[in-house]
Amino acid sequence: MYALDPLYLDGVGLAEVLITVGKVLITFVVLLVSVIFMVWFERKVISDMQNRIGPNRAGPFGLLQTLADGMKLIFKEDLIPGRARRFVFLLAPYLSVIPAFLIFAIVPLGGTFHADDPGIVTIAGHQTYTQLADPPIGILFILAVSSIAVYGVMLAGWSSGSKYPLLGSVRATAQMVSYEAAMGISVAALVLTTGGLSTRSMVEIQASEGFSGIIPNWNVIVTGFVPFVIFFIAALAEMNRPPFDLLEAEQELVGGFHTEYSSIRFGMFFVAEFMHPITMSGVIVTLWFGGPSGPQWFGPVSGIVWLLAKMFVFLYIFVLIRGTLPRFRYDQLMDLGWKILIPLSLAWLLLLAAINVGRDAGWNLGLTIFVSFVVIGGTCFAILTRAQEVSRQRRELGEVEV
Amino acid sequence: METFIFLVAGAICLVGALGVVLSKNPVHSALSLVATLFGIAVLFVAQEANFLAAVQVIVYAGAIVVLFLFVIMLLGVDQSEDLDVEPIVGQRSAAFFVGIAIFFLPVIALASTAWEATGMEGNLGRLSDGGPDIEALGEVVFTRYLLAFEVTSILLVIAVVGAVLLAKKSRVSEELEIEGLYEPAVAEPSEPESDDAEADA
Repeated sequence: MYALDPLYLDGVGLAEVLITVGKVLITFVVLLVSVIFMVWFERKVISDMQNRIGPNRAGPFGLLQTLADGMKLIFKEDLIPGRARRFVFLLAPYLSVIPAFLIFAIVPLGGTFHADDPGIVTIAGHQTYTQLADPPIGILFILAVSSIAVYGVMLAGWSSGSKYPLLGSVRATAQMVSYEAAMGISVAALVLTTGGLSTRSMVEIQASEGFSGIIPNWNVIVTGFVPFVIFFIAALAEMNRPPFDLLEAEQELVGGFHTEYSSIRFGMFFVAEFMHPITMSGVIVTLWFGGPSGPQWFGPVSGIVWLLAKMFVFLYIFVLIRGTLPRFRYDQLMDLGWKILIPLSLAWLLLLAAINVGRDAGWNLGLTIFVSFVVIGGTCFAILTRAQEVSRQRRELGEVEV
Repeated sequence: METFIFLVAGAICLVGALGVVLSKNPVHSALSLVATLFGIAVLFVAQEANFLAAVQVIVYAGAIVVLFLFVIMLLGVDQSEDLDVEPIVGQRSAAFFVGIAIFFLPVIALASTAWEATGMEGNLGRLSDGGPDIEALGEVVFTRYLLAFEVTSILLVIAVVGAVLLAKKSRVSEELEIEGLYEPAVAEPSEPESDDAEADA
C-alpha cells in the first residue's frame, strides 16, 4: 500500500533537496529531448505511409530536422496582434506546455518491481523511488493536471482577438470537458479493481503473479479491456490528436487556437502538442500495462527497457491513428462522448463493482458476472431502445411541424 | 516550513480574491478565481488533505471555472462592464456592511476563545492515523455520514435533471428541429451560437 518515498523519511536536508532537483532536471531534459525525436518519428512514419521520403536533409536520416525547425522558430519575429488581450495572450502558451510536463512526474521510470528490484535507486547513499513524485492521490493528479490543460487552449483562442482561434478554443473546451468525464469514470473502474490511487502501488500490483504464470496481472486484463478502450479514446480526445483534432481543423479554422501565434510562443504549443503523446503513453503503460514491470532479461536496466518498449508501441499506434483515420464531425464527436463512452463506462463500473461485492460475499463468481451482466445490460438496452423510440417520435413530430 | 507555505498560499489566495472583485474584465476575474482556488488547494495539501486538494483542482478549477469562462466567451460579455448603474438600489451599501459584519464574526468568535477555534483535533486526522486521508474519508462517508452523502447526491441528480429539463424546454419553443432525447447537463454549444458570440465580440 501507500508509503512515503524513502528519500524523505529521515528529514529533508541539502542532499535530499539536491537529489530532488536532479530528478526534476533529468525528467525535464529527457522529456524535452524525446519530443525532438517524437516529431521526427511521427513525420517519418507518416511520410512512409504516404509514399514520401520525409525529412532527410538535416543530420543522419533527418534526425536533426526538428532542431533546425526549433532554431528557425526561435529566431522568427514574435508578433502580438493589435486586438489581442496582451497579458492573457502571453500567458496562454505556458499554461499549455507546463501541464504536459507535469503529468510525467508520477510515471515510475525504472525497476521491474520484483522482490530484488523494487523500483528504488540509490543515489549517493540515499534511496529514492524511480519516479519524480508519488503523491497519495496518484491518478487524481493526472485528472487534475489534464483538466488544467484546458486553460492554455481556451485562453489562447480567446485572447487572440480573432474569429478562428475563438471557434477553435470553444470546440476544444467542449471536447475536453466532455471526454474528461468518460476518462474519470474509466479511471474509477481502475481504482475499484486495484484499491489504491498511487501509481506506484498500481505498478506493484500489476507486477505480481498473474493467471497461470503466463498472462501478466495487468489492469487492462483484470478490468476486462473495456475501461482501457474508453480511457484510450478519451486520452486521444484530451490530447486533441486526430481523429479528434477539430480545434485545429486546418480546412475550417486555419490553424485553430494558435492561428495568431508565431515564433517561440507557437513553438511552445508545438512542444506541448508533441509531448502529450509521450506523457499519455507513459500514463497508459503505467495504469494499464504494468509500467516498467516485466521479466529481468536485461539486468539492472530491465525496468526502463520494458517501459520504453511498451511506450513505443503506443507512440506508434498514435502515429498510425493520425495517419489513417479521418477527422470526426462535431456532432459525431459529442455523440461518441456523451451517448456511448459515458454510459458504457458507467455500466462497466457497475459490473466491476458487482463482481467485487460478489467476491467479498463469497458468491459464485461466474453466476455473479452472469446475473450482473444480464441486469445491467438489460437496463441499458431498455433505456437505449426507449430513448431511440422517443427521439424517433419527436423527429417525426418535428417533420410534421415543418 | 508550514508557516512559510501558509504565507505564500495565503498571499496567492488574497491576491486572487482581490483580483476577482477588482478587475473590470470578467475573464480576468475568472482567472483570478483560479489563482484563489489553487492557493486553497495548496493550503489543503499543507494540512495533508490531499484528496480535498485534488478534488478542489479537478472540480472547481478544472470544471466550474472552465464553464464560467465558456459562458463568458460564448455570450461575448468579455468587455468591461458599466459600473455606474446599480442594478438593485441600496445593494452596494448593504453588501459593504454585511461584508464587514461577516468579517468580524469569526474574528470575535476566535477572540472570545483565546484564538483557538475549538481546540479539538480534526475528525479525519484522528481516523486516518497518519495514513492516506482518502481511505479514512471513504470509510466515514460510507458509514457514519451515509445519509448526508446520499442526500447530497440526490440533490445533485435533481439539479442535473432540472438543467436538462430547462435546456429542453427552451429548445422546443425556440426551434422546431429536435435532435434527440439525450441532452447532456453540460450543454454543448452548437456552431451557430458561437458565431453569434464572435460577432458580438
